[in-house]
Amino acid sequence: MIELSCLHKAFGQHKVLRGVTFSVARAEVVCLIGPSGSGKSTALRCINGLERFDRGAITVDGVALGDRTLTEIRGKVAMVFQRFNLFPHRNVLENVIEGPVYVQRVPRAEARERALGLLEKVGLRDRANAYPSMLSGGQQQRVAIARALAMQPQAILFDEPTSALDPELVGDVLRVIRALADEGMTMVVVTHEMAFAREVADRVLFMDGGVILESGPAREVLTRPQMERTRNFLERVIHPL
Amino acid sequence: MTDFLADARDFLPILLSGLWVTIAITLCALLLSVILGLVWALAGTSRFALVRGTSRVIINTVRGIPILVQLFYIYFVLPQFGITLNAFLAGVAGLGLAYSVYQAENFRAGFASVDRSLIETAQSLGMSQRMIVRRLILPLALRVILPPFGNTSIMLLKDSSIASTITVAELTRQGQLLAVSTFKNMTVYTLVALLYLAMSLPLSLLTRRLERRFALR
Repeated sequence: MIELSCLHKAFGQHKVLRGVTFSVARAEVVCLIGPSGSGKSTALRCINGLERFDRGAITVDGVALGDRTLTEIRGKVAMVFQRFNLFPHRNVLENVIEGPVYVQRVPRAEARERALGLLEKVGLRDRANAYPSMLSGGQQQRVAIARALAMQPQAILFDEPTSALDPELVGDVLRVIRALADEGMTMVVVTHEMAFAREVADRVLFMDGGVILESGPAREVLTRPQMERTRNFLERVIHPL
Repeated sequence: MTDFLADARDFLPILLSGLWVTIAITLCALLLSVILGLVWALAGTSRFALVRGTSRVIINTVRGIPILVQLFYIYFVLPQFGITLNAFLAGVAGLGLAYSVYQAENFRAGFASVDRSLIETAQSLGMSQRMIVRRLILPLALRVILPPFGNTSIMLLKDSSIASTITVAELTRQGQLLAVSTFKNMTVYTLVALLYLAMSLPLSLLTRRLERRFALR
């Protein structure tokens, strides 16, 4: 359902993506792992049109990403950010209905009903009237996931969804993401949580230096990596000392 | 004290006529300063270096010249170039221009305060540029802009007294005229000061209330 082919991108002289090709099938969960600066976040952001690319192509659900299809594709693919990015001047419920009401023109009452259901799902229905600053990071991220789901997307992109969280809050967020995986949501997750990747991902892609070095079923890549650099990376992540 | 009250009764109608002019010139100059300030602020974020540079030059020039001199220039010098404004309009133009540069700095700071990543998030929800401005950038920037804007308004109100020097018949000017013709300096200037306070104190209160209303919870 999501296809990237031969994606190239440079920030000035620095080549961030040097021919990234992969595809994600419907209901598949793909984890992108790799050292920082390897281009995984950039690749993810390209799918949603937040980053332009120099060469290559992206198609979502058969639609090629371009200036004219940008809005359409953003309607199909939602995004969850590392730093949650909840709108600070709107409460939890308003954050969740913002997209449906103002972009998709869903009647407010209907959007509200749906939003409360989604908040229930992420375990925060009782905080519907709270403002983002009153929530913990983990709660904010779960609201951000509800906000993404409220757009009724066909896929969700997660950009290091737990990297900004205190360790004890990571589990709550990952459990929500795993529940989505179990329901068959198509997801691309940039993450450093190897345990999560091993458990939830159908496939893991290891990126380094702007290319995908290795990919395969999660268990295979994470436990029996073929490439030297993948082994080194996993070694350092799993045994930091 | 009875003298004061009797004199006050005589003087107030004249001073009140000046007060209305003060209010009018302040509001007109405030409006002009907001419009020009927005222009300078937006020009300052242009992708063309020339436009950005021009905005910088204007801001630094206007900020570097005393308001009094700007007023004199507009009222006494511009007519020699064929641009003749009556005293009121010259006052509005001078005060509006002088204050536009403070507004511009304030607007710039307000817009710069909006987190880029929030704009990206709104984009990822599929919001159009216009909707992002209306639903996200303006409400967030206003929270930063409003408190200094209140202060600037109060300063402009007080500085409108400078227009008395180019014969605008506002509050200070009416006070001066009364004082020289009656020699009741204390009564006249006390009343003038009280009338300014009567305008600026409510403005302060209003600013405070707006600040609280717009504060992020």
